Amino acid sequence: MEVTRTPVGATPADAAADLKIRQYDAQRMLRGDMSDEELEEYVRSRVLTTTLDQALTWARSNAIFPATFGLACCAIEMITLVGSRLDIARIGSEAMRASPRQADLLILSGRVSIKMAPIIRRIYDQMLEPKWTIAMGACSSSMGVFNNYAIVPADKFLPVDVHVPGCPPRPEAVMYGVLKLRDQIQQKPDLGWRARYDAGSTIEVLGTEGVPNGGGSITTTRTHVGPGRPAPAPTPEIAPGLVLPPTATPSA
Amino acid sequence: MTAPTDTTGKGPSDYRKLEESVTLSPVANPSGLGQSEELLTINMGPHHPATHGVLRLLVTLDGEIVRDLRPLIGYLHTGIEKTCEDKPYWKVVPLVERMDYLAYYFNAMAYVHSVEELVGIEVPKRAQYLRVIHMELNRIMSHLFWFGTSCLDIGAMSLLWYSLRERETILDLFESASGQRVHTRYFQIGGVIEDIPGGGWVDRCRAFVKELPTRVAQFRDLIYANEIALQRLKGVGIVDSQRLLDLGVTGPLLRASGVEWDLRKAQPYSSYDDFEFGVPLGAVGDNFDRMAVRLAEMEESAKIIEQALDGLPEGPVIVDDRKVALPPRHELATSMEALIHHFKLVTEGFRVAPGERYSAIEGPRGELGCFVKADGSSKPARVHIRDSSFVNLQAIADMCRGGYIADLIATLAMLDPILGGIDR
Repeated sequence: MEVTRTPVGATPADAAADLKIRQYDAQRMLRGDMSDEELEEYVRSRVLTTTLDQALTWARSNAIFPATFGLACCAIEMITLVGSRLDIARIGSEAMRASPRQADLLILSGRVSIKMAPIIRRIYDQMLEPKWTIAMGACSSSMGVFNNYAIVPADKFLPVDVHVPGCPPRPEAVMYGVLKLRDQIQQKPDLGWRARYDAGSTIEVLGTEGVPNGGGSITTTRTHVGPGRPAPAPTPEIAPGLVLPPTATPSA
Repeated sequence: MTAPTDTTGKGPSDYRKLEESVTLSPVANPSGLGQSEELLTINMGPHHPATHGVLRLLVTLDGEIVRDLRPLIGYLHTGIEKTCEDKPYWKVVPLVERMDYLAYYFNAMAYVHSVEELVGIEVPKRAQYLRVIHMELNRIMSHLFWFGTSCLDIGAMSLLWYSLRERETILDLFESASGQRVHTRYFQIGGVIEDIPGGGWVDRCRAFVKELPTRVAQFRDLIYANEIALQRLKGVGIVDSQRLLDLGVTGPLLRASGVEWDLRKAQPYSSYDDFEFGVPLGAVGDNFDRMAVRLAEMEESAKIIEQALDGLPEGPVIVDDRKVALPPRHELATSMEALIHHFKLVTEGFRVAPGERYSAIEGPRGELGCFVKADGSSKPARVHIRDSSFVNLQAIADMCRGGYIADLIATLAMLDPILGGIDR
């Protein structure tokens, strides 16, 4: 199949002439033949200036890698996002990362039980900065239809950036949530909740010997501190009232 | 990090102690496969991309060989059964739907079927047929999703997209019939909430059912001609049928080992005896048979849907008893009596005489039963679901023991556990 490209509103002859003019201008600029006004106009029309911060957030916001982390019903709809109909690759978020260390975004897709909450918090802590969270569905935002002894809303133990309502939300709604998050990252990268939740940095707990009641447990803490943020004191208890279960094997 | 703090002063609970003290015993007599006597117990999950949910497995390894395996569950415990006791009978439906989240029509059916038998409601024929159509669509949908994610686990990624494409077609049908893609609350006590819409629903359903066998044939071509997939599936995870029966395993897992047990045939409910369909059986009981049985079941389900659409009788879609079913919306504007019934049902619900009932249906993963106990009030005294994944999970150790750890992932996928149903 033959593909012909014609610039809009111009004949091929015009386009060729335009190219000639641009080539001639570039030659003059390089030779130093342009006057000051001409040079200023030339640079203004060709160069985009921005701050490094903005360029960085632009890049970050368009390549958010979600963690492969499914909880319940919403996880099914989350998987639908990578399917051919929605295709989240269009906004650069199709690369689901199995390791939290490679992920930027944690989508809490479903109900969070009290038993699961410390593990989710641990996964969140293992993610590297910058990181974001989407609470997907009614359960992880407000305990939803259940609202009983077993469920914890995500806000209780985790800073949440975007809440997507629904039971479960349509995949389109999650897509919209990711887009909202993108806008949020571009406009206001620092939202203030980090200070509120003491979530300014990544605390990684290493080498936990799983001995009940702390008998001779060895704890090594490595702290990654973001730019301009004070190093928080290593807190043994991650969230009030929630404690991490000991791991089955000591992790390296 | 400290170990769990003791808030009660009584020390950790028995369950917690049990869970923390799990150290798997060394196997007394290791076979010739691994010469090393050193056993390694590793933890897998609850967050692991290949556990099909938040399942935690403690695996004891002898080199690459799985010597023992113990599943730890409860990471998705939602307290649904307890919450059911706090709702009127007809408002329990959305709660039970959320247990096994790939089989919501089946959960609802198990529950409403139990209540209908407890109260003694005769469901109209058209409603029974509509239920069959939706349940079989759901079975296909569940198997499609299982197929896509399982193939992902054995390294065949593109099949996920193919299966998701078909699944979206089914979800569109669900959405136009009920308004929701997932957790539709379409089944009510006494029938279904609304008739299927005009405007080509039946035609779309027919077109899908007609196309499905060609799709399944494509899936087969992609798997059966793939040497790597066959090596991962054939002869792996064999458990003999007697052992599976002893463990209470049902569904495709049991049928793959050659036992012909399908509740749709064994004790027909909801007019299943009107339809002609086969029960696919496996011969060896390995992972390949488990896959083949489910693929064949999709085709059988398509046959049932076709027959149900052909023979769909005219008539009401919900029972005419105003004591258990909401009156039609238009009557509320004209009939005082309808308004009273509506008010009574919405505020209190209907009362059920003391009694109890267990009834089971054939879900996509096996026998899905519901036990309902009534104490005379408008709320059930107890609702218990016998979830098929929960019972089937018992077989995982038998299926994996002696195999490679790489095959553990594939075998777990072929078991098809849904943690929402297991933990409830």
